[in-house]
Amino acid sequence: MFLFRKNKRRPISFNNSLVPGLTPPHTSGGSSLQALLLFRIENSNMKRLAFKPKSKFRESLGAKFIALNAFIALIAILLIFVFIFKEALPIFSDKDIRSEAGLDRMINKQVYYEGREAKWSWQPNSEVPKYSLYPLFLGTIKAALIAMLFAIPLGVGAAIYSAEFATPRFREIVKPIVELLAAIPSVVLGFFALMILATFLQDILGLPFRLNALNAGIALGLAVIPIVFTIAEDAMTSVPRSLRDAAVALGANPWQVSLTMVLPAAIPGISAGIVLGFGRAIGETMIVLMASGNAAIISASFLDSARTFSATIAAELAEVVFGDTHYTVLFFIGSLLFVLTFLINLSGDLILVRLKTRFQGKIK
Amino acid sequence: MMTHDAMTATEQPSAQGRLDFRRKTRGTIPRGLAFLAVMVVFALLTIILGSIILGGFGTISWEFITHPPEQGMEAGGIFPAIFGTVALVFLMIIAAVPVGVFTAIYLQEYTRPDSLGTRLIRVAVNNLAGVPSIVFGLFGLGFFIAFIGGGIDAVFFPAQGPVWGQPAIIWAALTLALLTLPVVIVSTEEALRTIPRELKEASLALGGTKLQTIRRITIPQATPGILTGAILAVSRGAGEVAPIMFTGAAYYLPYLPTKLNDQFMELGYHIYVMATQSPDVEATKPILYGTVLVLMILTVALNSVAILIRSRMRKRRVQV
Amino acid sequence: MKKAMFAAAILLTMVGVAAAGSNITIKGSDTLVRLGQRWAEEYMKKNKDVAIQVSGGGTGTGIAALLNGSTDVCQASRDMKDKEYKLAEEKAIKPYRISVALDGIAVFLHQNNPVTELSFAQLKGIYTGAITNWKEVGGNDARIILYGRENNSGTYAFFKEEVLTEEDYSEYTQTLPGTAAVVNAIAKDEHGIGYGGIAWATGVKFAAVRKTDKDRAVLPSIKTVSDGAYPISRDLYWFFNGKPTGGLKKMVNWALSEEGQKIAELMDYVPLPKEQAAANIIQ
Repeated sequence: MFLFRKNKRRPISFNNSLVPGLTPPHTSGGSSLQALLLFRIENSNMKRLAFKPKSKFRESLGAKFIALNAFIALIAILLIFVFIFKEALPIFSDKDIRSEAGLDRMINKQVYYEGREAKWSWQPNSEVPKYSLYPLFLGTIKAALIAMLFAIPLGVGAAIYSAEFATPRFREIVKPIVELLAAIPSVVLGFFALMILATFLQDILGLPFRLNALNAGIALGLAVIPIVFTIAEDAMTSVPRSLRDAAVALGANPWQVSLTMVLPAAIPGISAGIVLGFGRAIGETMIVLMASGNAAIISASFLDSARTFSATIAAELAEVVFGDTHYTVLFFIGSLLFVLTFLINLSGDLILVRLKTRFQGKIK
Repeated sequence: MMTHDAMTATEQPSAQGRLDFRRKTRGTIPRGLAFLAVMVVFALLTIILGSIILGGFGTISWEFITHPPEQGMEAGGIFPAIFGTVALVFLMIIAAVPVGVFTAIYLQEYTRPDSLGTRLIRVAVNNLAGVPSIVFGLFGLGFFIAFIGGGIDAVFFPAQGPVWGQPAIIWAALTLALLTLPVVIVSTEEALRTIPRELKEASLALGGTKLQTIRRITIPQATPGILTGAILAVSRGAGEVAPIMFTGAAYYLPYLPTKLNDQFMELGYHIYVMATQSPDVEATKPILYGTVLVLMILTVALNSVAILIRSRMRKRRVQV
Repeated sequence: MKKAMFAAAILLTMVGVAAAGSNITIKGSDTLVRLGQRWAEEYMKKNKDVAIQVSGGGTGTGIAALLNGSTDVCQASRDMKDKEYKLAEEKAIKPYRISVALDGIAVFLHQNNPVTELSFAQLKGIYTGAITNWKEVGGNDARIILYGRENNSGTYAFFKEEVLTEEDYSEYTQTLPGTAAVVNAIAKDEHGIGYGGIAWATGVKFAAVRKTDKDRAVLPSIKTVSDGAYPISRDLYWFFNGKPTGGLKKMVNWALSEEGQKIAELMDYVPLPKEQAAANIIQ
């Protein structure tokens, strides 16, 4: 068709003055169709299709402007990287800071007072400041693990039901409701955990500490469920019909189709959902800040209070003077969080990309 | 054909064992468990929403929404927090939507899917989406306030105390804009993908340049998706507290933010401070629940609208 | 296009240079924040051209803000440490300290807790984790649940210095971000113990505190703090960068006046003895 050119890059202009109102008597032979189109366009409301000629300069300027905007995301992530790490650098470079809070002091047990045993402790505001990261690390992992233990069965289970067993009408109800869970701001979930969930748990389980890792973990799980659900459900519905049809053709009932075809194929997707959910659980701030008790305890019990990396930053950042040791350590923790979540999300994304490649034969 | 690709892509199931469908396990137990999971999630959602509605319903009134707080947050309303949230989100949208839309356009229209630029940008966007919100707060403090704000102060206001190098609504808005940028980009891209190629090709065939096509065809057609993205971004931005804790939010201000370097009150931050630090917990409980309810209504309503628009948009895609 | 211009117009109306002088920022101690807010409210009623904004965050936050230059007044429930004075010097800040009220740090117990008095030694043992069961101090056989403040709190630091003699808190102390949260937690926890300013207690009871076994155990009240009988008493401070002048000076002198101190008493804080208040007024 002479209306289309294969090469989209060059705009086609068979008449240089496509000004509305100008009937096209000069169009070259063989383009009566074009003439008719133009005539119709001018006399219709599709004025937006009547293009004035533009300069090439404007065109390339526009393209560059758009490209510049597009790279803002990339620049932003690099800037975040640079600035967070820059403020954390004195841990390694500054002599005074290194002696108080260098890597050794943050990782290994320290003897803080003469004659007492070495231990890990996080007490930055003290005559002898203590900057061990281990209690915080433990707290972060505890809360995240509880969150996943809570979110995986519920999220994956609901996804399986929605993708495999639910009638289409029910599916239309389930998805928005789970997405509604995602709409609840984390501060509200933290509020819920602080005021209502904590009392409930304490009444039922008779816990010594009202605010503890379990409380925060369950609320965290609530935040993670939508992530796991959405990605797992997506993975299961993207399994090609051909696989399902093949199983049906061989005589399988719906459950057998799910068990033998869909679930195995969707495992990478479900894993990706779990991994990304875990990344969220590690980094979440408000929920743990309000619900976990914020005590930097080293213990194996989930019923003890816990203090996470993110909550520590949020709780202590306001009181640091720019540039002092405590400030630097908080930024170091921030860098740690950044790297951790970066790696976790990267693996989650890689799994998803491989999944898409397998099903579509190309990178989307 | 798809079947062939799919079968070679996944592992070949071992022939006899798994594909022997003669033994009919109906899968009632797994089905029941999965259904239970769905019901538990529903129940949890109901409990959360229900307790908030019950606790806060009595407090909501016209006065509550339009009056400032009085008596140390024990009476009065939360108007400044609502105003602050709206102003914050407004600034955030101005920053995030154009950048996000242009990014999506660039990714869809100007590059090939496997070019280096595309992949870098996608990695960046995915990672931006995964950065913990407190790290954004740190970035806002370290970059916007200390570096940019401090730099502006050093050059333009050397003699005074900090003018721009301190917590301010503009820095909080920019920090939130970075946080919600991925939401806008993903939504817009989804919308761009639904635009039939023929429309764009027709435009080009009629003499339109690429820019003209984008401006007159592509963007208008993608408006539902852009709108969805903006609404989701607003909903997310209104709910995030960690990024604004140190970049501009305050608990009690006697004025409304009218300048870009003012601080502001905000719903989410208000909830956090009231829930953890309020002097008389019993007296402020009604206001606390009321504030939570207002925030919930805001975010839930916004999300529902966005979901509606998005599902209508997806249905349209299927037809084409 | 039009939309963009409209948005730009709104933006431009928001751009402005920060006004100097008529805005006062007060930041810092959570113990003082209620009083600061009330003082601000009353002062602004009388002086309509002044806008005062008050926020908490802990004494440490206030001091950090003073040193960072982002506040006019730092409310503090403890004195600045030597480290902080040194840092101020490095940053060319001259901290000027004024006592604006007195405070007692009360020990909170649940209403049903049979224990009624505690000594410094017992408190220290409890909060460092040496004493873990209520029966060791005359109560029921139950584990003691410790509640405390975040480490940026002046109350935290003062209690640590006075009662714990700079020992570390037990890591099992639940850290809560404000005295109100501590009170709230104790009100719900029969086996809990907490500490905080006396201006906050609703729904909990005070423990009478005695410094040594020879002293009488005293319950905290405005009177006992004012005359020094209650052993955990402290000054509440306002810190400025340099001696306050102009609008700041006017505000401080008003807070120290009879009117201001009466408001403090109204809010359940302990007003300064009259001579001390008069002496503090800036000439």
